[in-house]
Amino acid sequence: MKGGAIDMSKLDPILTKHEGQKEALISVLQEVQGEFGYVPEEAIERIADALKLFPSQVYGVVTFYSQFYLTPRGRNTIRVCRGTDCHVQRTTSLLAAIEQTLGIKEGETTDDLRFSLEPATCLGKCSLAPVIMVNRDYYGKIVPRELETILKRYE
Amino acid sequence: MEQITLSLNGSQVNGRPGTTILDLAQQNGIHIPTLCHDPHLIPIGACRVCLVENEATGALLASCVTPIAPGMVINTESPKVLEARRTVVELLLASHPDSCIICDKGNRCQLRKIASDLEIGQVRFGKTRHYYPIEDTNPFLERDLSKCILCGKCIRGCQELQGAWAIDYAYRGFDSKPATSLEVPLEQSPCEFCGLCVSLCPTGALYEKMRKYKGRETKRVRTICPFCGCGCGIYLELRDQEVIGVSADAENPVNKISLCVKGRYGYDFINHGDRLKKPLIRKNGELEEASWEEALDLVASKLEQIRGESGADSIACLSSAKSTNEENYLLQKFARAVIGTNNVDHCARLCHSVTVAGLAISFGSGAMTNSIAEIEDADVILITGSNTTETHPIIALRVRRAVMKGAKLIVIDPRKIDITKYATLWLSQNPGTDVAWLNGLMHIIIEEDLWDKDYVEKRTEKFEELRETVKKYTPDFVEGISGIPQDRLREAARIYASGERATILYSMGITQHTTGTDNVKSIANLAMLCGNVGIESGGVNPLRGQNNMQGACDMGALPNVLPGYQRLSDQEAAPKFEKAWGRRLPANSGLTVVETMRAAEEGKIRAMYIMGENPMISDPDLKHVEAALKKLDFLVVQDIFLTETAQLAHVVLPSVTFAEKDGTFTNTERRVQRIREAIDPIAEARPDWQIICQLASRMGYKMNYEHPSQIMEEIAKLTPSYGGIYYDRLEKEGLQWPCPNRDHPGTRYLHKDRFTRGLGLFQAVEYIPPAETPDEDYPYILSTGRVLYHYHAGSMSRRCQGLDEIYPESLAEINPSDAQELGVEDGEMVRIASRRGEVEVKAKVTERAPKGVVFMNFHFNEAAANILTNPALDPVGKIPEYKVCAVRMEKA
Ligand code: SF4
Ligand code: SF4
Ligand code: SF4
Ligand code: FES
Ligand code: FES
Repeated sequence: MKGGAIDMSKLDPILTKHEGQKEALISVLQEVQGEFGYVPEEAIERIADALKLFPSQVYGVVTFYSQFYLTPRGRNTIRVCRGTDCHVQRTTSLLAAIEQTLGIKEGETTDDLRFSLEPATCLGKCSLAPVIMVNRDYYGKIVPRELETILKRYE
Repeated sequence: MEQITLSLNGSQVNGRPGTTILDLAQQNGIHIPTLCHDPHLIPIGACRVCLVENEATGALLASCVTPIAPGMVINTESPKVLEARRTVVELLLASHPDSCIICDKGNRCQLRKIASDLEIGQVRFGKTRHYYPIEDTNPFLERDLSKCILCGKCIRGCQELQGAWAIDYAYRGFDSKPATSLEVPLEQSPCEFCGLCVSLCPTGALYEKMRKYKGRETKRVRTICPFCGCGCGIYLELRDQEVIGVSADAENPVNKISLCVKGRYGYDFINHGDRLKKPLIRKNGELEEASWEEALDLVASKLEQIRGESGADSIACLSSAKSTNEENYLLQKFARAVIGTNNVDHCARLCHSVTVAGLAISFGSGAMTNSIAEIEDADVILITGSNTTETHPIIALRVRRAVMKGAKLIVIDPRKIDITKYATLWLSQNPGTDVAWLNGLMHIIIEEDLWDKDYVEKRTEKFEELRETVKKYTPDFVEGISGIPQDRLREAARIYASGERATILYSMGITQHTTGTDNVKSIANLAMLCGNVGIESGGVNPLRGQNNMQGACDMGALPNVLPGYQRLSDQEAAPKFEKAWGRRLPANSGLTVVETMRAAEEGKIRAMYIMGENPMISDPDLKHVEAALKKLDFLVVQDIFLTETAQLAHVVLPSVTFAEKDGTFTNTERRVQRIREAIDPIAEARPDWQIICQLASRMGYKMNYEHPSQIMEEIAKLTPSYGGIYYDRLEKEGLQWPCPNRDHPGTRYLHKDRFTRGLGLFQAVEYIPPAETPDEDYPYILSTGRVLYHYHAGSMSRRCQGLDEIYPESLAEINPSDAQELGVEDGEMVRIASRRGEVEVKAKVTERAPKGVVFMNFHFNEAAANILTNPALDPVGKIPEYKVCAVRMEKA
């Protein structure tokens, strides 16, 4: 498990508060994610039990909303734009370069939890295509060899 | 009721308000294609294949969700409809792989059928496919979600009907798909392999593994599942003489489109190579093949010889809760009229004899008071001593659905069995303390004034005795005995008493005790106290285990009663039978199963005739059973396989399975249903009823029946509760007894307005501890029972490939803290010993088992739980105490 053992007892206060409340699922998931930074797989069955839901329902909701994560998140999130303009400007090669440098695929997180890599549709800065975004910073019109310097800024 | 008139494809038609356009079209013989609709599921209107045009407005409507309205002008085939429908189907095909030719769904695929009906060849849209790996790690079904069209039927079936919720929609948009939690393979999810999703899936996304490459069936035969007392309706699907699949008989009110894993996938025992093909006779210590002539002659002459030497009562017959009513009737007739003894019993003795005894005294009739379908509409359900999900899967579905509709469920069981997941309240009592907590519930209900005074006064008697007896069962006192916390017991009492229609479901956890009869009486007391007997969806409902256990009892395969529970001493009944059968009947009651074994060991029983039972696995204290059977001068076993018992026989007669004969089974809700011959008998095997007739003739008693229907005619004449049961009436649907005459529609629930015995009788009982309680030498309690994937002594289910693969070996459930004390890890072997013997078995460490209790199933001869069990008997029902015996455990 990435990031070492997790302390599941942190779930208890959240679950006790919402015992038996099926409708509270989304807020419970938000609280759990707030506590752990993601929704740990082990939490799903316990959430289901506490809210009197079935695990498959909880999983369905977790995967439905892109705001919920089932794996720990990196401290920094890289988004590589897959919008049309950026695509024309070859963000795919950027993506490949990042994947190679970090040794992870889209949707994954590095073992040291430094970076998560996520797909993005148009990031809204098409005139700067190709665009990537790290946390809240935009980088436009970049080429693969600039990546190293950019990533160095994030610990 | 008022009708709505509208135009449908040019004709004026009428329909009831609320009818959908789709239903109306179907009622008028007009076909509209559908993909996401099934009449048993709540419609969602997702696929849009069922579009029709309302020409009055020009609107396209999804017919499966649109109710009819006055003035509609519906056209199901207008150019606009066809065009829209084509687009929908083409869009579906655009994301569908081109693998129709090799897809095993073949021409059962709805998508392919609709596409070809619409004459779609080329798809106009660019292909956007999903590639998912095929999931095929379980023995029953394969999932290839690249063929999924997201109709949601599998999910809705799994949730709405099965109540298992193994799968739900995951992700969204283009990535959406049905998935288990965390996308684990089905066998690691709550999936129960009921196969409903497969039968609903319109495409090849889900398909049956065992059916692959078997081709299409050539014939389907409507019959009844042989695996449990639910009695689900099934179709056997045949390719010539081979059963290649099973599907649900949607017309059968018991199960509709549902089945459990055994019913759906447990058919390969029928054509199994181990089936007995010829009679066997023991010669020089070995069983050797023989002709029917030789075998039957030998059995007849041996039985006559032993009767001549030691009298008729030195012979005993064991009938079978797996055989048909007709066969059970004939076997008891054979014992009574041909041999001349009442020594006939069957293994209901080991399961529900105390139900028959206890409820007969309380109510006058010892069967389920209500019907399976009614459970769904109960508002309170109390389940005790029944692992319903595993032993009566289809009844468990009704319970789950009732809960989904808002019913409150109380489960009182030592183990954290599956159904507790659905419970409002689960109480874990110490095994064998049922009378105590039942009296406790009644104490609270009386103390808090929650009982139904009007009912008690008008419909029952002897209430005062009950009130006196339960006085001392205060919640505090009961907690001391049962371990159930007082406030929880109070909560249970209040919930039960609050029900308008409260039903109690129980099974062997209540009956298999030395105090079984008392337990049953207490349950009857509780139900009457709250006015729950004789009403729809209420009642006292003993769930009978085997497919025809109810019927075998009804047919008088019992040592103390004649068919229909008519007493041997009954001044009218006995002469009626003597006249019909042309023989004087023995007057003294015969021996019960366990008593027979004891008598055999003592040499008092010299010969036994066993039809389709396997006491070498199913009876308590197997060492003594073995000694008893070995001591017999003559043992005849009639069965489909060479069972552990058959291996000890002098003569083995090969009989046929349910698929090779006609007859009837009576399910647990008293429903008499037809089974039908689907294939010819395998090799030289013969139906039990024919064998009995042939043997009777050889012993000088003519039994002339050409067909089981003639046997049923005789039964109907002699048995008042079956008086109206004739084969011609059973063609469409079964009949529930009592059904006294040809015009009677059968009885859905008993004791309406009046108990069978007149007034309901309260029978106050005191708590008595189990015969064997844990002590220093044997500190744990052993309890036994069944698992979902197997049936009875395992001779059928263990020969079904899928069932054996998913549950291949016996497992003993042990609580984690006990396991830790013993130093045993999950999956390690433990040695379990009682005063009677010991077995080694693999441990399953689980919270399901409470501390101090180990649970074993009895399906496996390698780890036969019944080597350990205690043959101590209930004094009235003579049931052995399977549910409690003291054992010690150690790491093996
Ligand atoms: S087999 Fe039954 S329990 Fe399993 S997923 Fe399908 S419907 Fe659900
Ligand atoms: S797997 Fe079959 S039943 Fe389930 S959603 Fe897909 S197509 Fe429908
Ligand atoms: S519930 Fe019982 S009768 Fe129904 S399919 Fe399963 S085993 Fe057969
Ligand atoms: S397409 Fe990349 S920012 Fe718009
Ligand atoms: S069948 Fe009507 S929308 Fe699918």
